[in-house]
Amino acid sequence: MRKIHSFAFAALAALSVSLPAMAADKPVLTVYTYESFTAEWGPGPKVKAAFEKTCNCTLNFVSVADGVALLTRLKLEGTSSNADVALGLDTNLVQEARETGLFAEHGIDTAAAKVPGGFSDPVFVPYDYGHFAVVYDTQTIKTPPKSLKELVEGDPSQKIAIEDPRTSTPGLGLLLWVKSVYGDKAPEAWAKLRGRILTVTPGWSEAYGLFTKGEVPMVFSYVTSPAYHVMEEKTDRYQAARFEEGHYIQIEVSGLLKATRQKELAQQFLAFTLSPAFQSIIPTTNWMMPAAATVEPLPEAFGKLVSPSKTFLMSPEEVSRNRQGWIREWLAAMSMN
Amino acid sequence: MTAQPKQTALATENLAAVELDGVRLALGDIRFAFDGRIPAGRITAVTGPSGSGKSTLLNLIAGFEMPDAGRVRLAGQDVTRLHPGARPLSLVFQDHNLFAHLDLFTNIGLGVHPALKLTGEDRTRISAALQRVGLAGYEGRKPGTLSGGERQRAAFARALVRQRPLLLLDEPFAALDPGLRLAMADLLSGLHQETGASIVLVTHDPGEVMRLADEVIYLSTGKILFHGDRHAFCAQTAHPEISKFVASS
Amino acid sequence: MLGTGEVRRGLAAGGASLAAIGGLVTLPTGALLALAPASSAGTLFDSYTLSLLRFTLLQATLSTLLSVALALPVALALARRAAFPGRIWILRLMAVPMGLPVLIGALGLIGIFGRQGLVNRLLAIAGVDHPVNIYGLSGILLAHVFFNLPLACRLMLAGLERVPAEDWRLAASLGLGRLSLLRHVELPALARVLPGAAGLIFMLCATSFTLVLVLGGGPAATTLEVAIYQSLRFDFDPARAVALSLLQIALTGLVLAVLSRLPAAEGSRGEGRIPRRFDGEGFGSRIMDTLAILLATLFLVLPLGAIAAAGLKADLLRLISLPAFHQALLTSLAIALTAGLLSLLTASGILTAQAAIADRRHPSPVLRVFGRALSALSSLVLLVPPVVLGTGWFLLIRPHADVARVAPLLIAAINMLMALPFVMRVLAPAFESHRLRTTRLAASLNVTGLARLRLVDAPILARPMLMALSFAMALSLGDLGAVALFGSQDLVTLPWLVYSRLGSYRTQDADGLALLLGLLCLALTALGTAGQRRQP
Repeated sequence: MRKIHSFAFAALAALSVSLPAMAADKPVLTVYTYESFTAEWGPGPKVKAAFEKTCNCTLNFVSVADGVALLTRLKLEGTSSNADVALGLDTNLVQEARETGLFAEHGIDTAAAKVPGGFSDPVFVPYDYGHFAVVYDTQTIKTPPKSLKELVEGDPSQKIAIEDPRTSTPGLGLLLWVKSVYGDKAPEAWAKLRGRILTVTPGWSEAYGLFTKGEVPMVFSYVTSPAYHVMEEKTDRYQAARFEEGHYIQIEVSGLLKATRQKELAQQFLAFTLSPAFQSIIPTTNWMMPAAATVEPLPEAFGKLVSPSKTFLMSPEEVSRNRQGWIREWLAAMSMN
Repeated sequence: MTAQPKQTALATENLAAVELDGVRLALGDIRFAFDGRIPAGRITAVTGPSGSGKSTLLNLIAGFEMPDAGRVRLAGQDVTRLHPGARPLSLVFQDHNLFAHLDLFTNIGLGVHPALKLTGEDRTRISAALQRVGLAGYEGRKPGTLSGGERQRAAFARALVRQRPLLLLDEPFAALDPGLRLAMADLLSGLHQETGASIVLVTHDPGEVMRLADEVIYLSTGKILFHGDRHAFCAQTAHPEISKFVASS
Repeated sequence: MLGTGEVRRGLAAGGASLAAIGGLVTLPTGALLALAPASSAGTLFDSYTLSLLRFTLLQATLSTLLSVALALPVALALARRAAFPGRIWILRLMAVPMGLPVLIGALGLIGIFGRQGLVNRLLAIAGVDHPVNIYGLSGILLAHVFFNLPLACRLMLAGLERVPAEDWRLAASLGLGRLSLLRHVELPALARVLPGAAGLIFMLCATSFTLVLVLGGGPAATTLEVAIYQSLRFDFDPARAVALSLLQIALTGLVLAVLSRLPAAEGSRGEGRIPRRFDGEGFGSRIMDTLAILLATLFLVLPLGAIAAAGLKADLLRLISLPAFHQALLTSLAIALTAGLLSLLTASGILTAQAAIADRRHPSPVLRVFGRALSALSSLVLLVPPVVLGTGWFLLIRPHADVARVAPLLIAAINMLMALPFVMRVLAPAFESHRLRTTRLAASLNVTGLARLRLVDAPILARPMLMALSFAMALSLGDLGAVALFGSQDLVTLPWLVYSRLGSYRTQDADGLALLLGLLCLALTALGTAGQRRQP
């Protein structure tokens, strides 16, 4: 790990003191993000090295569990937050984030950003995206569903693990996908799909764990998931199913905090996230698609990924307005006897 | 804590070993009322039917119960509010006289000094006391490895080294079989003669009263029905209850 | 019977414990409520909440009944068979589920009982083509029994082992049969620990979150805890989160109150002989006991074995050599040790105060209320969702200090609260029987203060304290909840490391780390029960 810390186990109090590496004369940019971004295998370490080469500053990551925790943390800290930039909110959280009033307009040129479905916002800058997809085990599933309809109406003995929209963003993604395709008929679709659902887990990790353990042959994940298995585990056993109707997308964004005292540096960082240097790091560390041009073409494994014919994305305002009602609808459809 | 009075039992006739002055205590439905003087240097048996208050009387003297009203004096000193450990007396219960996890030497040593700061002389006295009660060489034994009789002997040994002017015994032989009881009674008489301490013995056994007591206190439903010397106790006719008790010995 | 100084000190210690617990819980709750934006607490009792309530109570009640009922024959058998081969290791293994992150335990269970698990594969070989499906209430119950049967078993066994040697001898001399022995000796001993154990398990199951969602099969199986998490993390509605937490505490508290009305027998005193059993000599009895022990061990060992087998596939040597692992190990151990010691301190304070109150024949009403508050608080803290505590404390500390610096201590404090009910279950009976055995004698000999601590208390209470410490540490080691809230890259614990690998496709690393975590728990319990065999 890149960060240097010294743990002082003062008596039994175990009070730890963390000293981020910093030189006194350089400005420090603090970026709040989620944990897997800063993990040793994540983009964090490389991003830090690349940005510090150009900025004559120190880039300091503070990471929390996930995007939702990131927003909660910002709400709790309010205007006294140390964050200059928040990186890792997704499109479904954007509206809520905007409503906190903590973010400022980024004021940078985002023309480089190329995201399916198009995302352009005065406050938030997209840095990567991923289409949701049903990932299946080719050893068990010989004829994967070719559409959401086939998934809903298929053989109930072939099970899928999905995430709970009450506690996870992929779960919410599936909810919105079904809503986008089925509209008012979504409850009926859920009632039918219910027979295929082995279980509904609180988060992505639990569902994917069940999947890789062989307990369930399908899982709700990302189009990019197979790339990880190909590149890191040298296996093409796990594949994403291409759905005819199209795929719902998750776009990850970053934003500038109003209260920052390093506005220029923060803007410089946001612009950097759209540069090829940053974008080239993303695919094989964050296992998401780059939101702008990379230095080299993407690795072969990415070329073989499913490319959706159509992208679903609801506006953040619409999601924010309807989330509670749709979740209630989902609960009713899933709990009916 | 307070300094322990080191006097041995050379108390004068007019200074009672125990004085109960208007002692009142309500426990549940029973109201206990005790008045009287227990003379120094003698063995006083406290007896009576179950639930009459024998152990309560002892607990009041020892300090395990606080009276609602009245005073308790030991050798003239008011101890009513004094903690049990600060009272000039030694105790032997029916059982649980020894800490199960400590050996006999330590158990007895605790009676000499509560923080176990022992001098060479103390150590000699402890061994001598063990020898006196017939447990020579048992210093390193744990209570769990002893018989019931041996454990009571060890408790007596501790009372011996403590050299307190008053010894309270709560049914000390009740858990032992009859043969052993006689031997232990002899041991107690012997110790009494050697130390001259005042002894208060709670017992429900008429035989023990006859064998050991100089004086008898007979309790009934929380009150003292009779208090006098043993001969008077045996000869009294006022209380048929007591006559029956005497006759059963 | 205690000196006035001892009573005063005891009450002061209890007061300090009460203040510590109360402060740790009420301050953050207040901070959250003060922050509360527009609240939806008004719609607290909608049909959704009611259905959550119903399911929470249903699954917790069934889980508790099953755990306790199934643990009963195992505890009785283990108590009877002091010389059962490997008995001490069976007992030590029983501490492992407690220290495992629940998801790891769930994956282990699925490896055995899941759709593709060992049981279904064996059934398929046997020609049964209908696989057993555990997802749903049955899966939740299975998992809760897996996590709590060992706990119930250990607590009940401790109760049985406190039966004095004299009672077994007496029972043997009276020629008591199997049923009479159960009725007159074993059940009264169990009755002393059962309400506490059942209450504890009930609380654990009522607040279960991950297990219920992963194995519940769908949103029909959801506990209140999920709604609390959702309202604080996803909806950011602190008022609703606090209101739901209060509802959870009130309801579960009610169940606990009912449990505490169960008659508990008097503690008994013995002369400290090592108990020797005279029963269970018959052939049938041997067979039954062996069967009970073996089945329970199998039920415990199989999923643990699945976890170990998965873990062995990982590159353990590489994992062990990772600096991140060293860092997490040190952090986890430091937090666990701090949490463990704090919980011992708090529990001792409570127990000393309760002893001081029990010492009074006529405690004043104030003292009685104080005593009740102590027992209630020490068990109810388990019901306060860590997410509420963590968020509240974050709010409180942030204006005054760097949260990252205080976080380890805060996590230790929250873990202390979680461990407190366990520690109390272990220590309370030990303190009580020690008090019954020694108070009068110590008072009569004026052995007080430090001398009493050194000569009378420490030698006897050291062992239960050590056991409680290992319990608390295992619990803290396995805890993810409190850490996740403060989550910062500078504070990584072992379960956090496991989850972060799981969250980035690195399942095999996660399996390996989970195995290491399990081994650590086992080592801790081995320490906590060290010398149990050497007892003369």
